[in-house]
Amino acid sequence: MEKLVLRRMARTGEEMLLNFGPQHPATHGVLNFLVDTDGEVMRRAVPDVGYLHRSIEKIGELVGYPGFMPYTDRVDYVAAMFANEGYALAVERLLGLEVPPRARWLRAISCELCRIASHLISTGTMAADLGAYTPLLHAVRERETLNDLIEALCGARLTYCYHRIGGVAFDLPSGWRDRALAFLDHFDTLLVEWDRLISFNHIFVKRLAGVAVIDRGRAIDYGLVGPNLRGSGVDWDIRRDAPYGAYPAFRFDVPVGRGFRGRTGDCFDRYYLRVLEMGQSSRIVREALETLPDGPFMAKVPRKIKPEPGEAFSRVESARGEMAYYVVSDGTDKAYRVHIRTGSFMAMGIIEDLSPGLMVADLVALIASLDVVAPEIDR
Amino acid sequence: MALTESQIHERLAARLGDAVGPLTAARLGPFVPVKAERIAEVARFLKVAPGIELDHCDDLTAVDWPKRSVIEVVYHLFSYRYRHGLVLKVEADRKDPAVPSVQGVWKAANWLERECYDLFGVAFTGHPDLRRILLPDDWEGWPLRKDYREAGGYHGISNERENPLVELRRLDEQRRSLRPPPATPPAAPPTSSPAPPAPSGPPAPHREP
Repeated sequence: MEKLVLRRMARTGEEMLLNFGPQHPATHGVLNFLVDTDGEVMRRAVPDVGYLHRSIEKIGELVGYPGFMPYTDRVDYVAAMFANEGYALAVERLLGLEVPPRARWLRAISCELCRIASHLISTGTMAADLGAYTPLLHAVRERETLNDLIEALCGARLTYCYHRIGGVAFDLPSGWRDRALAFLDHFDTLLVEWDRLISFNHIFVKRLAGVAVIDRGRAIDYGLVGPNLRGSGVDWDIRRDAPYGAYPAFRFDVPVGRGFRGRTGDCFDRYYLRVLEMGQSSRIVREALETLPDGPFMAKVPRKIKPEPGEAFSRVESARGEMAYYVVSDGTDKAYRVHIRTGSFMAMGIIEDLSPGLMVADLVALIASLDVVAPEIDR
Repeated sequence: MALTESQIHERLAARLGDAVGPLTAARLGPFVPVKAERIAEVARFLKVAPGIELDHCDDLTAVDWPKRSVIEVVYHLFSYRYRHGLVLKVEADRKDPAVPSVQGVWKAANWLERECYDLFGVAFTGHPDLRRILLPDDWEGWPLRKDYREAGGYHGISNERENPLVELRRLDEQRRSLRPPPATPPAAPPTSSPAPPAPSGPPAPHREP
C-alpha cells in the first residue's frame, strides 16, 4: 500500500508520506490514511480500510435468518437499531409479512432515540477532534440517559438487537413513557444550550465553515447519503420520501444544508444538520409516544423462517444515511446472500478525491463531518 | 414524473434493444438483464437520458451461482429527481468473470466495484484502481464465492483455535490432581433428635468504631 502511494507521488524531495492512523484518535475506529503532504497541505490522502472486516455478509449466509439479527448490531455499533430494522424489513419483505402497528411505532421510537444517541456521539467527537473537549462530555452524559432508556427497553446498551423479524422483542416497560418524555423535555433545552456551547463558537465555525465543500452533483455522484447528502443541498430523506414502518404517520421536517455559516455542502452544514436532526428526532419520539397504538408487538411469524426463493431490497434512513440490505433467498432457512450497503463506506470513497489541497487539520474536520464509523465501512 | 420499471425498460429497449433482455418479473420487483459487455453503455444512457436520469448508484454487488456457473452483478439504480429506480443484472462467466466498469458513470461505483472484486473476484475492466479493499492485498481466494475454502491461516496466524472450554477443563483437571486427597468425612451424628439449629449466616461484618 505504501509502495503504491509512493509510486504515485511525483517527488520533489519536500513531501512526506504520513500514516494517519490506524490508531489515531480522530479516525473514529481503526482506519488508516496514507497522507502525502507537502508541509501542512495534503496532496492526497488515500484511505486504507478493512481493519475491522469481520465478514458479516458471509456470516449472513452461514446462520439462519433470525440468527443473523445480533450480527447486524455489529455492522454499526453506534446506531445498531437501524441495522436491525433494515435487516428485519428485508426479510419481512421476503416473507410477505405484515408488521403490527404497535411494533412499527416501537421501532420508530427506538430508532429515533438511537439516532439522537448516534448524533450526540458524532457531534461530540467532532468537537473533541477539533480541540473542544467539553461538548463531548456533555454529549456522553446525555447519551448515558438514552442508554438507560434503551437498556430498560431491550436490556442492552450498545448492541441492542431489539428488532425481530415480524416486530420487536419487548413491549414498553411500565413507566417508560414518562421517563422518555422527561428526558426529551430536558434534551430540548440542552439542544439550545448546545448551540451556545459549541455550534456557533467562533473558533469552531472557523474550523468548519467553507472547508471541504462537496457540491450537490458531486455528493450524488459519489453516492453520499443521509446528512452528508442533505448537507450538500439535496432534499432527500427516506423516512419522508420512500417511507417505511410508522414514518408516514409522523410530522417532521427534514433539515437541508443551505450554508448556515459558510457555503452549502461544507463541513459546518454537515455538522449542523445533525444538531437539527436531533431536534426532529425528539419531535418524532414525542408524537410516536402520544399516538402509540395498542395491540400485539409481534406478528405471527412461522417457527421456521423459510422464505420462497426471491430477493428483497430494503432501505432505511440510518443515522449515517441510507442503509440498504439486499437479501437473496434460495428457499432454505439460510439467506443465500446478504449485502449491506452502508453510508460510511460511500463517504470514505469521496475522501481521496476531496483531499488534494486540504490541510492535514482539515482532514480531521472532514472525517468527523462525514461521520464515518469504521465497522460500518468494513463490515 | 416518476416512471415505472416497464416504462424505463421500454425506452431503454428502444434505444439499446440489442444490449438488454426483456423485463424479468422476479417475485419482489422486476429487473432488466443486460449483456455484460454493454453495461457501461446502458448505464451511461440511463444516467443521462432526459426523463430517466438514474443519477444515484444505490448498490452494486454480486451473487455467486455455481450451479449456473455465473456470477451475477446486480445494480440498484435510483433517480433523486424523478424518484424512480431500476435494477440491472449482468451475468459474468464464473471461470473468468469480467464486466466493464461503470465507475466512469457513477463515482460511487468505484469503491463498490472494488469491494465486489475483493470478495467475488469480478474483474471490472476499465476500473482505474482495481485492488483489494477490505482484505489484505496478498489474500488468496474470493471469500464470498460459494466454493471458497479458508486457507487455514494467514501469515502463520491460524484461523482455528481450540474450544476455550477444552483448555479450561484441562486446567480444572490439573488443579484437581494437585489437590491433596480429601480426608475421610466425619461420621454423621445420629439423626434421632432434630439437630439444634446451626448458627446460620455469615459472621457479622466488621464495623468501624
